[in-house]
Amino acid sequence: MSQTLEAPAAPPRDERIVQKSLLARLLTRPEIGALVAAIAIYIFFFIVAEPFRTPAALSTVLYASSVIGIPATAVALLMIGGEFDLSAGVAVTSGALVASLTSYQLHLNVWVGVLISLVVLLAIGFINGWLLIKTGLPSFLVTLGTFFMLTGLNLAVTKMVSGGVATSNISDMDGFNAASAVFASDFNVGGVSIRITMLWWFLFVAASTWVLLRTHLGNWIFAVGGADASARAVGVPVARVKIGLFMFVSFAAWFTGMHILFQFNTVQSGEGVGNEFLYIIAAVVGGCLLTGGYGSAIGAAIGAFIFGMTTQGIVYAGWNPDWFKFFLGAMLLLATVLNTFIRRRAETKK
Amino acid sequence: MTATPDTTARTDGAPLVKLTEAGKSYGNIIALTGVNLEVSRAEVTCVLGDNGAGKSTLIKIIAGLHKHTEGTYEVEGEQVQFNSPREALNRGIATVYQDLAVVPLMPVWRNFFLGNEVRRGLSMDIAAMRRMAKQELLDMGIDLRDVEQPIGTLSGGERQCVAIARAVHFGAKVLILDEPTAALGVRQSGVVLRYIIQARERGLGVVFITHNPHHAYPVGDRFLLLKRGRSIGYFRKNEVTREDLTAMMAGGAELEELSHELERGGGAAAEAAHVLEEEVKELGITAETAGGGDAMAGQPGEQYTPGERYQQS
Repeated sequence: MSQTLEAPAAPPRDERIVQKSLLARLLTRPEIGALVAAIAIYIFFFIVAEPFRTPAALSTVLYASSVIGIPATAVALLMIGGEFDLSAGVAVTSGALVASLTSYQLHLNVWVGVLISLVVLLAIGFINGWLLIKTGLPSFLVTLGTFFMLTGLNLAVTKMVSGGVATSNISDMDGFNAASAVFASDFNVGGVSIRITMLWWFLFVAASTWVLLRTHLGNWIFAVGGADASARAVGVPVARVKIGLFMFVSFAAWFTGMHILFQFNTVQSGEGVGNEFLYIIAAVVGGCLLTGGYGSAIGAAIGAFIFGMTTQGIVYAGWNPDWFKFFLGAMLLLATVLNTFIRRRAETKK
Repeated sequence: MTATPDTTARTDGAPLVKLTEAGKSYGNIIALTGVNLEVSRAEVTCVLGDNGAGKSTLIKIIAGLHKHTEGTYEVEGEQVQFNSPREALNRGIATVYQDLAVVPLMPVWRNFFLGNEVRRGLSMDIAAMRRMAKQELLDMGIDLRDVEQPIGTLSGGERQCVAIARAVHFGAKVLILDEPTAALGVRQSGVVLRYIIQARERGLGVVFITHNPHHAYPVGDRFLLLKRGRSIGYFRKNEVTREDLTAMMAGGAELEELSHELERGGGAAAEAAHVLEEEVKELGITAETAGGGDAMAGQPGEQYTPGERYQQS
């Protein structure tokens, strides 16, 4: 209906709807559980760890959050679309390795390597999605398969090409400085160091939120995750949406991989294993349902922020960092219980 | 862009949907054979039949999910062979399935426009969609408190009506309703029947599939009775009474058998058997009029072929 419609006068309020308070409306959002938890954790570390209170510490926390947060945003969208990607963690490393190895071994400008890496990762995402659609297997199995394949490829190909477990330093190659400025620079604002990944993270979250809530694509993502047979029946191209989501996850993985490459100049081929769970945890803590059809990108951002706070907070508090994983697991359980509780309330309250 | 219902009525009088001696077999299994059916503008054609009578096969043929293997299928006078539901939809034939094709966790308005979103540039025109969904539902007589609530929170009848309103809004000329009242209580069923009448008054042709003659008779203009993949009768409303329909649907022989079965149980069951027997007598059902399986000789609808028994009015 694109004919011009007059701007509607303020629609008369339905007398059956009690104007909900801000709090009541807030309680129906998927990310509310994560927000409450994030505030509680922030206050907790603020009290127990004195160094945590400085702006510099907040910057460090945000940086750690952003490196998890960028892929977690894409993973959240994929989970809303009803699928998992267990290969996302090692795909980050694959992306960094491809860019590094191609540009170093072939003596190319690093930007060429960066682009080749993008193409390779998008292909991995496409293959994940295509296999899922063609085989009809659950994404858990399909991406578990690609996870192991990529893990093996990362190690084997790196050893075969460079003879070691890590890639060579590419910091003196053509284009390194420009690429580094895009993917891994930092600047000062009022004495606080801002890492560029924080800005990119913000952009990923903002764009994803806009797509989810304001575009037809967002509508389709919710629909394929919530009830894919229904979505298909009303003409939503389910296969294309799912493949697109897998490719978006690989795009985010590529982006994170580029950050790691230009931050550290070399890449360890065995890295990234296990990170896929951090992305999934961030998304789930942020309110994404494991069954799909529900969740938010902002929630995943809060989930990643909780992750950043806990990793750094434990260090600032002077505790043994071994405790981190314990906290992570406990947080996951608590947050999901809280989310389930809140969602039930939201659904029964009409 | 969404198609709005075509208001320029075709004047050539061809029915919106017409099946002539249509049938479908899956390999050596004959699911449906020799079925005649017509749906015209502003008419409700009811398809009645017990489980396994071939109702779903019939729907699937009309909806474009399956191709018929015998007879002809015409849409507005033109022979068709649909390859997909989308093609049927493009000809204005919309099917509302039992599962309704809605996404429970999504708000009503998002469900309403799913797959047909109103776009404005890159994004959606959310305000307009909310307003149109609310208005369209209001036109169907459904006054929702809030189109923002997840559709899963609506009652079964309301959900059914949203699905019907959606099909109407997106240009359906023929609505196929697959057992819309099967899972509903009495009051909710009444609500849905009202929307069927609403749709008819808006000039739509409706194919209403049900196994309940009490739901079919009040709203129907024509009745097709199916049994074991065959037509056991096809009537206009003035040719048949509700009792006839009930009798044919129930199948006198089976009712009698049921009554005997209950009688053997004794006690309360025997009492129930008695009531059933009374009912059978009241309806005047005999095994002969009810027609078991192939015993169709003497059936009112047996000799009927479209255009022969009654002329198009």
